Amino acid sequence: MQTNFFRKIIFDEKSRSLLIQTLVIGLFALFIYLITQQTAYNLEKRGISSGFDFLHISAGYDISIRLIPFTSEDTHLRAYFVGLLNTLMIAVCGCFLATIIGFLVGIIRLSSNWLFRNIAYVYVEFTRNVPVLVQIILYYSILLNLPKIKQAIVIFDNFYLTNRGFFSPSPIFKDGFSIVAWSLVIAIIFTFFLKRFLKKKQEETGKQYPTFMINSAIIIFTPIIFYYIMGMPLEFDSPVLKGFNFKGGMVIRPEFLGMLFGLSIYTAAFISETVRSGIISVSKGQREASQALGLKSNFIMRLIIIPQALRVIIPPLTSQYLNLTKNSSLGIAIGYADLVHGFGGISLNQTGRAIEIMMMVMLTYLTISLTISFFMNLYNKSVQFKGNA
Amino acid sequence: MSSTTIQIISRSKYYNWLVKNLFSSWVNTILTVIALIFVYQVGSFFLNWAIFDADFRYNFQGELIIDRGFCSKNIMPGEYGACWAIIFARWNQFMYGLYPIEEAWRVNLIYALLPLAIIGILFDKIPFRRYFIYFTFIFPFLAYFMLYGGPGLSVVGTNKWGGLLVTLFLGVTGIGLAFPLSILLALGRRSKMPIIKSLCVVFIEFIRGVPLITLLFTANVMLPLFLPDGVNPDNLLRALVAVTLFQSAYMAEAIRGGLQAIPRGQVEAAQSLGLSYWQTTRKIVLPQALKIAIPPIVNTCIGLFKDTSLVLIIGLFDLLGIGRAALADMTWTKLYYEVYVFISLVFFIFCFGMSRYSLYLEKKLKTDNS
Repeated sequence: MQTNFFRKIIFDEKSRSLLIQTLVIGLFALFIYLITQQTAYNLEKRGISSGFDFLHISAGYDISIRLIPFTSEDTHLRAYFVGLLNTLMIAVCGCFLATIIGFLVGIIRLSSNWLFRNIAYVYVEFTRNVPVLVQIILYYSILLNLPKIKQAIVIFDNFYLTNRGFFSPSPIFKDGFSIVAWSLVIAIIFTFFLKRFLKKKQEETGKQYPTFMINSAIIIFTPIIFYYIMGMPLEFDSPVLKGFNFKGGMVIRPEFLGMLFGLSIYTAAFISETVRSGIISVSKGQREASQALGLKSNFIMRLIIIPQALRVIIPPLTSQYLNLTKNSSLGIAIGYADLVHGFGGISLNQTGRAIEIMMMVMLTYLTISLTISFFMNLYNKSVQFKGNA
Repeated sequence: MSSTTIQIISRSKYYNWLVKNLFSSWVNTILTVIALIFVYQVGSFFLNWAIFDADFRYNFQGELIIDRGFCSKNIMPGEYGACWAIIFARWNQFMYGLYPIEEAWRVNLIYALLPLAIIGILFDKIPFRRYFIYFTFIFPFLAYFMLYGGPGLSVVGTNKWGGLLVTLFLGVTGIGLAFPLSILLALGRRSKMPIIKSLCVVFIEFIRGVPLITLLFTANVMLPLFLPDGVNPDNLLRALVAVTLFQSAYMAEAIRGGLQAIPRGQVEAAQSLGLSYWQTTRKIVLPQALKIAIPPIVNTCIGLFKDTSLVLIIGLFDLLGIGRAALADMTWTKLYYEVYVFISLVFFIFCFGMSRYSLYLEKKLKTDNS
């Protein structure tokens, strides 16, 4: 009887898997228990208190790059949000720029011009085989080696490139500008419906309309017309050199630019490869068939090649966006005040609440990653073949 | 007669190539000219800066450069390019960190033996491959003994390690330790047991969802809190733990891709022969799955090798850390470009080599299958 019991445990698949899983979960629980015990003991011994009350203590440090007001008297919680916004800002700008460069380079890599193609190839190989951190630091040091404020490089009279950042005029919105902005929003919504209407019309009559041109014209000219109707409610405040610094205008700091260039130039190399393989993956017959139908070459690209290439491009593109977002945590190396630098670095050193802070930072990144995956998956579903198993 | 024909044909071959690839249309011709100007400008600027106008060990007056004041570009600004003397002056640090220089032969020996240790894994058609594989398994112990020290050799603490040594140590050890772990994770993720599967999924997705730098921070700050008194891993070991866990999650996903590509019939056939789960996995599934997964695995290895540069942020002196330390030295400060270009070049050589290897494998696997 007893041997039967053991035989059953060893040779019956169901009871064996039950046994293994019980063992694993038991060991896991023991592991967690031991670690929490040990940590509690260690924390007590070192006199480190725990809990999240520190979030409401004033932070006591300043953050130079911020999207919402922050002073050193503000709380750690606010420092967290300042850092989070900076992380999101660099991630969004980086993804945007990386996508543009990446698509451009990916298309150039398929150019029929040998020289162009190989310039793009050299770019891709050199940027993706050098760590992004080295590149960020390299670009940052180039930015820091720009001329000093007094000898600033002047671009179009009002833009100044210096070792303290890129100074540009800042817009001042006066009364009535909101109407101009709203007119733009309404124009965009209108073109959306117009596009559907024209498409329906095309399907009924077979006549083609220059939809893109019409819509572009509407989107560009509506706000311009309203701008003049409202009496030009926008002025610019140009930076003026006063003493040792510029007064007025706005500045994009070298830390931000260094991160932006490093992240987007690095990620663009990977994106260009996915774009290239996506376009290659569309079979030659598709292009030939559409040529045989008499489609113009820009229609072939827009209506035949790109929609099919996107199916292949979107999933790896998503993981590149995720990588870029995670790499934005490298801002700490050049002093870009992102989540890891401010909250995960300085706040941690000041309060000593390592566990709480690292947990918050990690969960935040996890949330961002999952959110990006979620939306990209939605988009991916919309571009996939319908009814494709 | 015949030789002139051949000449005409061959000339027309080049001519055809040129027309087809560079001057096929007016637009293409203009693009070619623009690209030529661009290549000439960038290329001549870079070559002049890096080679023709650059100092290596001696400046233009023939003096040995011992600090940045001796650099030609600092004596005659605007006339000269890079000053590579900083690399020569700091060469030992770039290679060994603060490793005692009279013991550096130990590191050199390991550098020299490293290719022998991995050649058996990389290529399957070399003579005496079996002995190379044996050596691969001995190598970690040999490397530990030679680098750290032990009976007969003086002990060199890991706090003295630095430069390329740390970069290679973290890269190679991280990959080596992550490999078995990642196989287990990938198998676990495909397991039919719900608890094991969910543990593996949560682990993999968590690690892949957070940046490596937060894992390094956690390992650096929190590992001592988790462990009992007296067990206090040094900084390098903490970084190694983080790097290994990080790499294993990414590698597991690459291996999972390989596992998914194995037709179900393979497993069923093995089971009908009466093989157990582990026999099926070890003899049927894994050999095929790993073969398919090698290119993506190599890609994660390239990623990891580049990511080792992040340990600079938790205060370790890898290649990049040594470079920054050199720049912080008052006698060499401001030679940023020289240092960063040199570091980029070292990383480039390793990573480009790995990506070429991955391409070679992909080609080889393609011909094997068709």
